[in-house]
Amino acid sequence: MRRAYFKNNWIAALVVAPQLLIIFVFFYWPASQAVYWAFTLEQPWGGGNTWVGLDNFRQALGDPVYWQSVTASIIFALSSTVLAMGMALILALFADRQLKGYKIFRIGLIWPYAIAAPAVGLAFRFVFNPNAGLLSFVNKAMPGLWDPTLNGNQALIMVIVAGSWKLISYNFIFFLAALQSIPRSLVEAGAMDGAGVLRRMRDIQLPLLAPTFFFILVINITDSFTDSFGIIDTLTGGGPARATDLMVYKIYSDGFRGFDYSGAATQSIILMVLVIALTFVQFRYIERRVHYT
Amino acid sequence: MNIKITTLALLATTGMAGAAAAQTSFEYWYGLSGDLGNVVQETCNRFNASQSEYEIVCVGQDGYEAAVQNTIAAFRANQHPTIVQSFDAGTADLMLSGEFYPVQQMMADYDIEIDWSNYFPGISNYYAAATGELFSMPFNSSTPVYYYNEDMLAAAGIEEAPLTWEGFAEALVAIKDSGVDCPYAYAPSTWIDLEQFSMAHNIPVASNDNGYAGLDSELLFNTTQHVQHMENIQSWINDGYAHIRTAQSGLSARDSFVQGECAIFFSSIADHNTVGKIAPEGLNWEVQMIPVYEGFERHNTVVGGASLWVLSGKTEEEYRGAAAYLSFLATPESEEFWASNTGYIPVTQTGYDALIDKGFYDAAPYAGREIAIRSLTYTAPTNLTRGIRLGGFIQIRSEWTNEVGAALAGQKTMQEALDTAVERGNVILDRFARTYAGKTFP
Repeated sequence: MRRAYFKNNWIAALVVAPQLLIIFVFFYWPASQAVYWAFTLEQPWGGGNTWVGLDNFRQALGDPVYWQSVTASIIFALSSTVLAMGMALILALFADRQLKGYKIFRIGLIWPYAIAAPAVGLAFRFVFNPNAGLLSFVNKAMPGLWDPTLNGNQALIMVIVAGSWKLISYNFIFFLAALQSIPRSLVEAGAMDGAGVLRRMRDIQLPLLAPTFFFILVINITDSFTDSFGIIDTLTGGGPARATDLMVYKIYSDGFRGFDYSGAATQSIILMVLVIALTFVQFRYIERRVHYT
Repeated sequence: MNIKITTLALLATTGMAGAAAAQTSFEYWYGLSGDLGNVVQETCNRFNASQSEYEIVCVGQDGYEAAVQNTIAAFRANQHPTIVQSFDAGTADLMLSGEFYPVQQMMADYDIEIDWSNYFPGISNYYAAATGELFSMPFNSSTPVYYYNEDMLAAAGIEEAPLTWEGFAEALVAIKDSGVDCPYAYAPSTWIDLEQFSMAHNIPVASNDNGYAGLDSELLFNTTQHVQHMENIQSWINDGYAHIRTAQSGLSARDSFVQGECAIFFSSIADHNTVGKIAPEGLNWEVQMIPVYEGFERHNTVVGGASLWVLSGKTEEEYRGAAAYLSFLATPESEEFWASNTGYIPVTQTGYDALIDKGFYDAAPYAGREIAIRSLTYTAPTNLTRGIRLGGFIQIRSEWTNEVGAALAGQKTMQEALDTAVERGNVILDRFARTYAGKTFP
């Protein structure tokens, strides 16, 4: 493999400087502030702060409600990842098979990704509304069966569905692109050897999708942990009774609504560590089973 | 509408650019949005048109919380406005920060006469120091009432909207029996169910006179009549006399009422204007003071809404402008403009009397709003009915809401829920006290 090197390191430094500066100003500087706040009690109006050491972490980690939030976040992240990846994969496999109307589906399935999360939330609010929504027929048949405003599990299912709906189109694009990059000849050869559609999918297409699969997995899990705010805010506001109070939403409500800057900073650090750890696990144990060609 | 205002504002700024050299310009950030925000903007336009010395630049922040959040962020960067509209729950942090110019002090410094005793005590006490000195200017003020469908109550044989909870419970049964499926559209609200309820009953929400006397306060609402009240609400819901109606469930309590589905809902008097606007022709409705349990003497409720704070770190000229704007708002004409364009109530006795003399409250759409003033001024405030001064109050409210939600979903009893809310709320109070260690409320 050929590589290009800069002979003059100063030019290299100069070229990367703007980028580094931006990363520093918009990422490292705020993040370092958050780390500092996590070890203090910060007065919101800037009147100073007191160093409290690990107190904030002790308080957050010793709080059963916080663990409830962590659990809900993990359930949300895993379920919406599985749901979004599974659905996207099925849709992509069929769009790739060039069934009737596949061109329309191919474009139509990409659109949802362009919709802002709060808009998704509002749309699903209508779909899942127990009194007036599309699902309200359930309650007409069996009153009280569906009520995400009172039933925490149903509320969590609701945000998982809404969250994965948005991810499906993103995953779809990648799966479809990956499927289309699989040489036709491989699939055709399989067909000539007498392998049926499902058999070809299982033995040829899916194994060749593994690198894409892994990439989507990492992105989906990270995204579900950090980007669920818009949907929660419009659909449930964290309720009922904290059932959908995911970590990201709790950071917002404690920090910005409750003016507890230190508590929110602490939770941000914990969330960051958790996401880093999960990504590490994925690279360490799952990537080993992925074969890049 | 918005485009029109922006264009007007743009025209106004460009038009005045020539004269602006001599003018002092200062900023005011407000939280009210939508129609109400437009009315705030209108008060600014009226002020700018009324004099040429100062120019107020009013910036809507789309929500009370956003207004305070953005102001804090701006303050930390030294880019903050001179005046900010801050809601009740933001008061404790602002007071302890000390980063404000007490309005009463400011008016005295610039020789502007304002008769502070003219303000309704239920309002001014909320925003005052222990000494009675006003820190912020009362502005959009409301208090809760309940809205009822006159025809439905009449059909159930109820002649007068009940003033006791016992009478209220009987009314719910009568309304249900008369064939209305949803007598009471209920939406959990700490402001109404806990805070104002405790005021009207003269019972404590927290120790230290609801936090006024010190930072080491503890919540007490799991030991008062509030528990019984929440248990009653729960049983009304279980028996079908009350239905939970929140925006998340698709139809808010107000919409359920306006659409003629439910007979009663509780809300701020500020909704009087909205209900009047969106109610269909033929819906006969009235408002009544929130009920009180038998055996309790009714006391005053307190103000909700927001007040105007003048922040520190500004120039004398800007403060003069702010003082001019605030005293402009305190004139009876401005009060009338505000009260007739919004559902809010006047904040001074003079403003209120002027409206009474004009017959403002005699006919629709304003008739009924005087009920709020009656509720607010029912008695002189006691140590327990001055208001609530607790840190982290937004989080405490959310603990209450979550726990009550858990109880209503049948996960625990109401007493257990309120005990947990108090226990968790006390942790928040303790955290707040440690954040401001060594400080006391002025």
